[in-house]
Amino acid sequence: MKIGLFVPCHVNELAPEVAIATLELLEGYGLTVDYPLAQTCCGQPQFNNGDLKGADRAAGRFAEVFAGYDYIVSPGTSCVSHVGAHTPDALSKTRSRVYELVEFLQDVLKVERLPKPVYFPHKVSLHQSCHGLRLRAHATPSERMLPYQSRLERILALVDGVSVVYPQRRDECCGFGGSFCVDEPEVSVAMGEDRVDGHAATGAEFIVGAEPSCLMHMGGVIRAQDKAIRPLHIALLLTGRGGA
Amino acid sequence: MKDDSIRHPAAAREFLADRERARWHDSAIWWVRQKRDAQMAQLPEWETLRTMAEQIKAHTLSRLDEYLEAFERKAEENGVVVHWAADADEHNRIVHGLLAERGVNKLVKSKSMLTEECGLNPYLEARGVEVIDTDLGERIVQLRHEAPSHIVMPAIHLKKQQISELFERELGTEPGNFDPTYLTHAARANLREHFLSAGAGLTGVNFAIAETGGLVVCTNEGNADLGSALPPLHIACMGLEKLIPRLEHLGVFTRLLARSAIGSPTTTYTSHFHKPRPGGELHVVIVDNGRSEILGREDFYQSLRCIRCGACMNTCPVYRRSSGYSYSYIIPGPIGSTLGPSRDIRKHASMAFACTTCASCDNVCPVRIPLSEQLVAQRARAWQTGALPAGKRAAIGALGVLTRHPALFALAGKTLRKVFPILPAGLAQDNPYSRPGRALPEMPAQSFREWWLQNRKKP
Repeated sequence: MKIGLFVPCHVNELAPEVAIATLELLEGYGLTVDYPLAQTCCGQPQFNNGDLKGADRAAGRFAEVFAGYDYIVSPGTSCVSHVGAHTPDALSKTRSRVYELVEFLQDVLKVERLPKPVYFPHKVSLHQSCHGLRLRAHATPSERMLPYQSRLERILALVDGVSVVYPQRRDECCGFGGSFCVDEPEVSVAMGEDRVDGHAATGAEFIVGAEPSCLMHMGGVIRAQDKAIRPLHIALLLTGRGGA
Repeated sequence: MKDDSIRHPAAAREFLADRERARWHDSAIWWVRQKRDAQMAQLPEWETLRTMAEQIKAHTLSRLDEYLEAFERKAEENGVVVHWAADADEHNRIVHGLLAERGVNKLVKSKSMLTEECGLNPYLEARGVEVIDTDLGERIVQLRHEAPSHIVMPAIHLKKQQISELFERELGTEPGNFDPTYLTHAARANLREHFLSAGAGLTGVNFAIAETGGLVVCTNEGNADLGSALPPLHIACMGLEKLIPRLEHLGVFTRLLARSAIGSPTTTYTSHFHKPRPGGELHVVIVDNGRSEILGREDFYQSLRCIRCGACMNTCPVYRRSSGYSYSYIIPGPIGSTLGPSRDIRKHASMAFACTTCASCDNVCPVRIPLSEQLVAQRARAWQTGALPAGKRAAIGALGVLTRHPALFALAGKTLRKVFPILPAGLAQDNPYSRPGRALPEMPAQSFREWWLQNRKKP
């Protein structure tokens, strides 16, 4: 099984530890993981700003760079949702091979344990990132009348000692939104504040999620306002890097 | 009428300057979203209903010409006079003509977003017709000379204190009496006078049934019923997308509408109009005003399924934190952000970007319009027509170049990461990301790529 690690741009530059943890986690299951150095951007910023040609060019590049791999795995739900849903139909083979980390662990590896046991005796407030939630079915959105399920809850069941809670307004957006956060900075900050306050009100020590950009955005609010709660990507938690 | 030179980010900044009021606005509307969720939870068949509603509307739109003609035939058989208006101006001329021919100088109106869209009130007022909005929320914004800030709850942006002050000035209510029941009774007494003295009543239309030629109007205040039952002339104005094929389809929509809109099992009044009252007249004005153009656009025709419930606004985290007045089009929020740009992409481009693509609106929409996709598709139109700000276009263009050159891409990332920490604090704050309340991310010493090259790269 050849696995290509897809590291979204913002993770590469701003949260390298999340990519390292992802790599370690996959290797912990005995897999060989390669990081193709020619990878750049998946094209989501172009797509979301209306540059469809630019987005298609980026998608075409993405497909070439990852052509030789059986699976493309990434610690980011948003870029994966873009590649999975918004790339040209001609790239359907790429679309079907791209997985967010937790999806890959659950749907391909069907893991029932973590490579190394993790004891994490903390309360964590789950952040259901919008694209994972609503475009990748990571959980049942609160707007839908469908049977309840949650990927993140299922994977956290493999961690000892952790207790999972949700903020009020279980799945409201944190306000990151890619270029939205610079186009609409005031709304973005207001949404971020409300989201951080919601998570903090649960009494949790950590905000845990699978999308690094949301966690980065909320982290910015937390640092600026000196809050106690900490964002934590699920790959860090699953490799025992929770800290505290 | 609404000021369509508004740009969402600037208007939202202004709205959020009063953070306490913005929080209140957000909670008041979230409360309606929660009521909607509670209603949904009582109907195990909710998702089936949504799919049925989507399919009925999709089918109707695919044969809209046939259903419109069938409706016209049946309505005329029933004694209803059917008028066709190609645009807002023709709609306004028809309504004014009907009033002028009968010497009507006072019109009572129930809620109609279509007449807001057409600018009917100022058109009639300029021609000497007194127009009284009779929906309580609409009456409030009319007295304040404002546009509705929400399509179902037009005055949701106002607190009861502000309404008390307005009514004290306009209706002579007691100073300092904020009691909602007291204020509602005052409005009611005032509106009764108008209902009794008006020469015509105008209503919107929620559903028009091709099979029967019937019109269905849903309200919670009974104002459409008084307005259509007291004056001798009833004018009903509808967009041409309001058709449904048969009466048996109506239940699907009435079960979804009030639950989605305000979290009630049904609207208080669901009134069916088939023919004029004895001695009265019933006219229906069917308006295109850009709708057939939307119908012809593959990416956007689905927006014509909309039944104007406003659920997308109530769930939208951006709408709740920026209010309807931050949007340049008369219909705000997610649905307005596809309808507005469909009408004029240059004027309304900023609406398409007032969205994080969280897609919650897609999930609450009772007719399953893929709203978040439509907004992104409107951004593509903004890109193609040059309606994008130059800086944004340049930044996305630059990203495109970097995307094709991995080494440059890595260098650009590294440069940003290294430069930010050494900038003087003031300069580091001077960027589009930094705002009070949010700090830039901490910049790691090494990117993942650099780490990989150092630790894992096979020779």
